[in-house]
Formats: sequence, structure tokens, C-alpha cells
Amino acid sequence: MASIRHWLRGIGLVTAAVAATSIMTPQAQAQTADTIKIGILHSLSGTMAISETTLKDVMLMLIDEQNKKGGLLGKKLQAVVVDPASNWPLFAEKARQLITVDKVAAVFGCWTSVSRKSVLPVFEETGNILFYPVQYEGEESSKNVFYTGAAPNQQAIPAVDYLMANEKVKRWVLAGTDYVYPRTTNKILEAYLKSKGVAADDIMINYIPFGHSDWQNIVASIKKFGSAGKKTAVVSTINGDANVPFYKELGNQGIKATDIPVVAFSVGEEELAGIDTKPLVGHLTAWNYFESINNPANKAFIAQWKAYTKNPKRTTNDPMEAHYIGFNMWIKAVQKAGTTDPAKVIDAMVGISVPNLTGGYSAMMPNHHITKPVLIGEIRADGQMNTVWQTSGTVVANEWSPYLEGSKDLIADWRAPLSCGNFNVVTGKCGGASK
Amino acid sequence: MNFLRTCLVLILLAAPAFAQTEDAFTGLASNDFDAISAAITALALSGDKQASPTIHAIQDEALYAAPDGSLLIKTEPGYVDARTGAPVADVVEDDLVGVRVNNKVRRAVDAALGSLDLFAATPDGRRKAAEAVFLSRDPAILPALSKAIAAETNDRVRVVMRQAQAASQLANPDATDAERLAAVAVIRAKGGLEAQSLLGSLRDQTPAVANAAAEALTALARLQQLWSLVQSVIYGLSLGSVLLLAAAGLAITFGVMGVINMAHGEMVMIGAYTTFMVQEVIRARAPFLFEASLFIAVPLAFLVSGGIGIVIERGLIRFLYGRPLETLLATWGLSLVLQQAVRSLFGANNRDVGTPQWMSGATEWGGVTVTYNRLTIVVFAVLVLAALMAVLRYTALGLRMRAVTQNRRMAAAMGIRTPWIDALTFGLGSGIAGMAGVALSQIDNVSPNLGQGYIIDSFMVVVFGGVGNLWGTLVSALTLGIVNKFLEPIAGAVLGKIFVLVLLILFIQRKPRGMFPLKGRAVEQ
Repeated sequence: MASIRHWLRGIGLVTAAVAATSIMTPQAQAQTADTIKIGILHSLSGTMAISETTLKDVMLMLIDEQNKKGGLLGKKLQAVVVDPASNWPLFAEKARQLITVDKVAAVFGCWTSVSRKSVLPVFEETGNILFYPVQYEGEESSKNVFYTGAAPNQQAIPAVDYLMANEKVKRWVLAGTDYVYPRTTNKILEAYLKSKGVAADDIMINYIPFGHSDWQNIVASIKKFGSAGKKTAVVSTINGDANVPFYKELGNQGIKATDIPVVAFSVGEEELAGIDTKPLVGHLTAWNYFESINNPANKAFIAQWKAYTKNPKRTTNDPMEAHYIGFNMWIKAVQKAGTTDPAKVIDAMVGISVPNLTGGYSAMMPNHHITKPVLIGEIRADGQMNTVWQTSGTVVANEWSPYLEGSKDLIADWRAPLSCGNFNVVTGKCGGASK
Repeated sequence: MNFLRTCLVLILLAAPAFAQTEDAFTGLASNDFDAISAAITALALSGDKQASPTIHAIQDEALYAAPDGSLLIKTEPGYVDARTGAPVADVVEDDLVGVRVNNKVRRAVDAALGSLDLFAATPDGRRKAAEAVFLSRDPAILPALSKAIAAETNDRVRVVMRQAQAASQLANPDATDAERLAAVAVIRAKGGLEAQSLLGSLRDQTPAVANAAAEALTALARLQQLWSLVQSVIYGLSLGSVLLLAAAGLAITFGVMGVINMAHGEMVMIGAYTTFMVQEVIRARAPFLFEASLFIAVPLAFLVSGGIGIVIERGLIRFLYGRPLETLLATWGLSLVLQQAVRSLFGANNRDVGTPQWMSGATEWGGVTVTYNRLTIVVFAVLVLAALMAVLRYTALGLRMRAVTQNRRMAAAMGIRTPWIDALTFGLGSGIAGMAGVALSQIDNVSPNLGQGYIIDSFMVVVFGGVGNLWGTLVSALTLGIVNKFLEPIAGAVLGKIFVLVLLILFIQRKPRGMFPLKGRAVEQ
């Protein structure tokens, strides 16, 4: 009997700890009929908190701003914040809670494809809307999800093109963290490079576990791979946290950006804020937005952000811009539809166009992805990016990669009468809502 | 029509006027990276006195273009005109535009500085210049290089210059086959990855040169193969020393006391955050101390983590002795609480812990690159383990700790305050973890999740080495490190880790008490 009591005490302690972490999340409880609720589904604890906390803050700022302008359809907007704690199954649970209990009109959230795949069935079942703000591997199009981050052809492929044309790169290291986004992106990149005549010997693919910190061997092997007499570059899909030791090791082993440039798809201003950036100067990143972009819209956004967070050192980054675009699109679509009913808003979304922060307009396409400009930046000593190249206009997303066997014949078009996320143009059949 | 003609004449008249103000400097203010690179190369060859300071300023991102077409260098006291070197007053900073830099421009800068600095005053400056020339391989530099070699007094620098000359010769279209063959021999003698890279690019030369290059390449590659074995051992020792540091504290709390402490990683994390705090204070109050920040952080991290360890022992663990399952759950919960507490206090973002100058960079041992920060950690790990053993072996506290863990009741009967010793032992283990945190802050992210990455590895090391045996911990950490580094190139980082885990499980199946089990009656109980 005594041992059971001790067991319970142990469990009690753990539960208390977990409860303590979830109490800390601000939860809007007030409920009135004349408000429109918006769900925010970003991790505020656990490994992903590093990236997602900022997105929660930017959503609160945007909602606050809209309320100051008089709200939406004569009602005030109200944010409902939940904390999925970097726990993939919990994402689905919290999403269901937002939709069925809190009855939100739309959800802004998720980071990493695993979390999105985990909530996808919930949104498709309930018919609600999710705005996903992060670059991802493509190969998906759901009726209920609006992808405001970049597809591979809006980030990875232009970056490779830039290196081929400007740095005359002939040999490629594709290094990534071992999960779905890097694996799919690298599969697409490998097929793309081969289609451009790069030999299999000139491509090295390397996967690293999450949070890897001992890079000595891998950096040494990159150095060795790069000494075959051909210009070499590293295309990095290494996930946020592991980047710091990676770049440190590069700098320490004397690999400079002028010798072997590294182009990264997951390193932004936010990640660089925690590193000594001097050894990184000249390494590249590919995004659709940089904080250093000089135009009035961006300057106003940055000023508003710094004032809202009361921290003059806070940086802005690409996924924040994606939420900015997504939120404004949703506002416009609701105004167009005259209701917040998700089914009607989904139909109203396609074709909506709003200003982005890089000085142009982004439009929602029938495949539920948005048009974006692609920017290549070099890391500066102050942790900001120096735009060295950009597409002349915006790029339309290829949700189904034309370079992969399984997806090259597929298209997504959610307008009636097609209304399909994976329509096969060869067989003329719709494969279902999503794959 | 007449009007147009007048315009044309005016333009033609105006053109020479523009050309007069055009000089090697003008192109630097261009928007086009190719034009900037070309301007830098032209400027370096122009022989202008101001060329060197201007190009150095581009390297430091301190060259600005003013709206009136003048170029200004930002220096400590104020702005200086790049063309004349004269100070400029009344600069409106908002109007200045930095000269644009990308990797192409940086390469042009490196090459230009190489040619400019070949006659620098210090041997070190000349050596760096020659190394830059080796990489840029610009045949236009050959005459200057010959002059520099003739004038060089330092033997070592002359060798580097000869190598640079050979590299440039291979890129020279006018060189004869004999000259090229001689150059290949020089490059072969140099060895290393840069030489391999250069030799690998010679496939489309004349057959004689290409053959010599291919032969040299095979010889170098064979040598490289040997070195890569040495490299795996050294990298393994380095990884092993990190594991050793992370596990040394656990060897005390788990190994000696038998407490399954899942919050051990968080003690490491707290040590790393202590380093961050120390550096913050130093940056704000006493920047000159920065190089010594880690020496200050080590004892402080020991005290902070050790103190928290004692509090945890007194407040939680002492109620749970002899109940491993509850300890496991309670300390795991505690680790979550500590993580979230740090996250609330410092934010979820990584904190920037700087690396002192003396720990940056690397040294070459033959074909192996060893970074100074890793080298320092190896030394530090050995020192920590030695100190820990000395404490246990030679101090009164160590004697009491061993007495209590071997036979608690007998020790109590001899007048030792066993609860107090328990607290101190746990504090010692936690303090060691804190010191490990100082070292890990140099190679890993300082974030609330820092500790999670090391907890499993630490338990692996202690169990594999034999619970309660510090020598076992040492041997097991180094073994795991080296095995890991030999598997990594073959199997990849992910599979390598899995293999190590499988091997470990098989080993534990055969020897459940690890490599060096403790013997004696105390263990049997």
C-alpha cells in the first residue's frame, strides 16, 4: 500500500510540473457574442518555443492592430492562445479544442511539417482553416490549409540556381536534419541537380540527428569533398538549433564563405541573434523576406513590432511576414465573404492579393499557396542579411514538384469545378483531398 | 533636329569632363558586384598609395560612398577621404551608402590584398599575402611574386611564396610544360587539402602535366587516407572528453550515490547560463576581462549548480532514497520545471556566449585540423576528472563520502553526519555538471534544451563504464567517443548513433555491471 502511495506521489510531482508549465500560457477565457475568435496554435514551451513564441507575439500584435482599426464586420477580434508544447499529438488535440470548444473562425499556427501533418485530419474533418507560415517541402495541398510559407521552388531551387550562375558551383553537399522536410527537399534538389547535368559523384548527401552538436567529422568530410578541384557549396536544410555548432565548427576549421559557401533555408535573423556572426559573414540564406529590406512598409512593420514588444533589439523574420500576409488575406476574405464561416471564407480566399513587406503584392493562388519574391542574402557581421540577388517578380508555388516521379503530373486547384488537391493531369482523376 | 544636334554636341563635350573625374576608385561605388570586383583589381594594380587602406576598408566593411561621388573610410576618430587620405569633417551619416560586398567582391579583395601585402613589413603579413595569392592563382601577379621571393629573408615565408608562385604558374597560359611540371612538384611537396584541390583541377592540361598531377594526387590521397584514421581517433578523443565532462557529475550522483537524476542535464544547462551571465556582466562592466571570462565562470558555475544541487537534495531527493522509480519520475519532473523556469527567465532563444580569442581557430597537425576550443575541452576534462579523483581520494570530505556510500550505518556509528554528507556529495556531482556546462557553452547552443541532449549519453557512459567507478567512466567515455567517430563516416551520423546503442545493449547483456564493476560486499547488498 505504501509503495502505491509513493508511486502516486511521484506521478503527482510530474503532473504538477506539467501543470505548472501549462498554467504559464495566457489563455483568453472571456467569451462574448460580438467577438470573432482567432486561434493561435504555436508552441510556447519545449524545443520549438525558440521559434514559435515570436509568431504568437506577432499574431497578438496584428489582432491588436486590427481591433484599433475597428475590428472586423463590426466585431472585435479576440485571440485564443494555446500551447501545444512542441508535442506533435498535442497539436492535434489543441487544434480540436480551439475549433470545437472555443469555436474559432480560423487558426494560425504550427511549425515543422510533422506538426502540420498531425493537425491536418482535424482541420479536414471540421472544415476549419489553418494558416501555416513556414517554408516546407511541398507535396501537399489541403482544402483547409493556406500555406503562406515557401514551397521548394520558392526557396531551395532559386538558391541552387544562384550558386550555379554566380558562384559557378559544380559540386554539392546536401546536408540536413533527419526528418521529412530536409529529406523531401533534398530529394527534389537531387533530381533537379541531376536534370542540370550534375554527376552523381558530385553530390554528397548527409543527414544529422536533431540537435547534433559534434560536427568535427562532418565538417572535415565536407572540406575533403570540397578539395576535388571543383567549386563546392553546401545546401543546408539543417534545423535551427544544430546550426550554431555547425557554423562554429566551419569557422574554426577555417572554411570561409569565399571557399565553400553554405546556403541555409532555416537560418534567419532570429536564429542569428544568438550567435557570434563574424565567422559566418558571406554565407548565404534564401528567404522571401529579410529584416534589412529597405522600404516604407517594412520599416513601419519593424517599428510597430519593436514598440509592441517594448524591445528595440527584437528582430523580424520570414515566418513573421508570412503571418502578416496570411492574416491580412484572411481579413480581406472575410470582408469579401461577409461572414467568418470557414467554408465561405475558403472560397473567398483564392485570388485575394495583399501587400507584402518586400515592396510588392502577394496573391493567394488556387493551390492555396501564395506568390512570393525569392531573395538570396549574405550574412553580415551584425547578424542581418545583405540581399545580393532577388527574383524580378514574384514566384508561384509548385506544391507538387515537377522533378519528382510521383508528383510531376499532379496539380492542385481548389476552385470549382475541379476542387481537388492532387489532380492527375495524365489520368484526369482526382486522387483525393490530399495525400 | 537642330535642337537634337545641339544636345548631342553638348553630350559629347560633357563626356570628357566626366572621364576626368573617373579613376580606379569610381567603380567601387557601383551597384554591380562585377564592376566593384573589377575596380578593386584595377586599384590594386594602379600603384596608388591609397589602394591598400581603401581595400582593407572594404574588407572591414568600413568604406562608404557619399552622394557627391567621394569615398569615405570610417576610422576610429572620424571619416577619411579614400582618395587622398585626408580627414573629412561634417559627414552626414544618413547620406552614406556602404560599398556593396558579396563573396565575389571578397575574393577580389583577398587577391588584391595578397598582391599588395607581398612586401609588407612583418613576415606574418607577407606569409598571409602569399597564402592569399596561392588561393587566387592570378598569373598577373607572377612578376611581383618573383621580386618578392628574391627580396625575402625569412625562409618559411619564402617557401609559402614559392608555393604561391607554383599555383599561379599553373594558371598562367604562357608557362612551358617544364615550368608546370616543376610547379606540380612544388604543390605535391606542400600536400594537404588545398594542394589536392589544386591538383584535381589540372585534368585538362597537357598530358605530361595532367599525368604528373594525377600521380601526385594519388600519392596525396593515400597519405590523406592514413591521416583520416588519425583524425578519427583525435575527433573520437574530443567527443569522448565532452561525454566525460557531461558524465563525470553523474558518475558521482548516480554512480556513487545511486540516485537516478534525470535533472542532471539541467545542472549542465545552469552552468552554461552562468557562463552567459558572467560574460554579460563582463561586457557591461569590464570588457578587458573578456578573455578570462571562462576562468571566472568555472568556479562560479560550480558554486551555482552545486548550490542548486544541495537544495534539490535537501528539498526532494532525500525523501526518495531507496526508491529509484519515484526518484526517476520526480527528477524528470524537476528537469521540466527547471527548463521552463530558465525559459521564462531568459527567454526561449539561444543566448550568445562568446568564445575568447585564444580558443578560436585551429591548428594543423599534419593532415588533421584540430580546433583550439576542442583541444581546450580535452585538457579541461582531464583536469576536472583529476581534481574529482583527488577530492575523493585525499580530502576528509572524500573519505566520508566513500565511507557513507560503502556502509551508511557503520559510517553513522563512527560519528559522520550522513544526511549532510549526502547533500554535499550531490552538490559535488551537480557542481561538476555545472563546470561541464561552461565547456559545453563553447561548442553547443546555450538554450533551455541544452541539457536534454546530454542526459542519455551521460547515463550510457556511466552504465557502460561500471557504476561507481570513475576510471571506468573515463575509459567508457573515450571508447564511446572513438567508436562513434569511426562509425560516423561509414554509417552516417544517424545510423552511427544507433549502432553504438545496439553495441552497448549487447555489451550490457553480457556484462550487466559494465566494464569495470565494483567488487566487494558493499556492492552485493
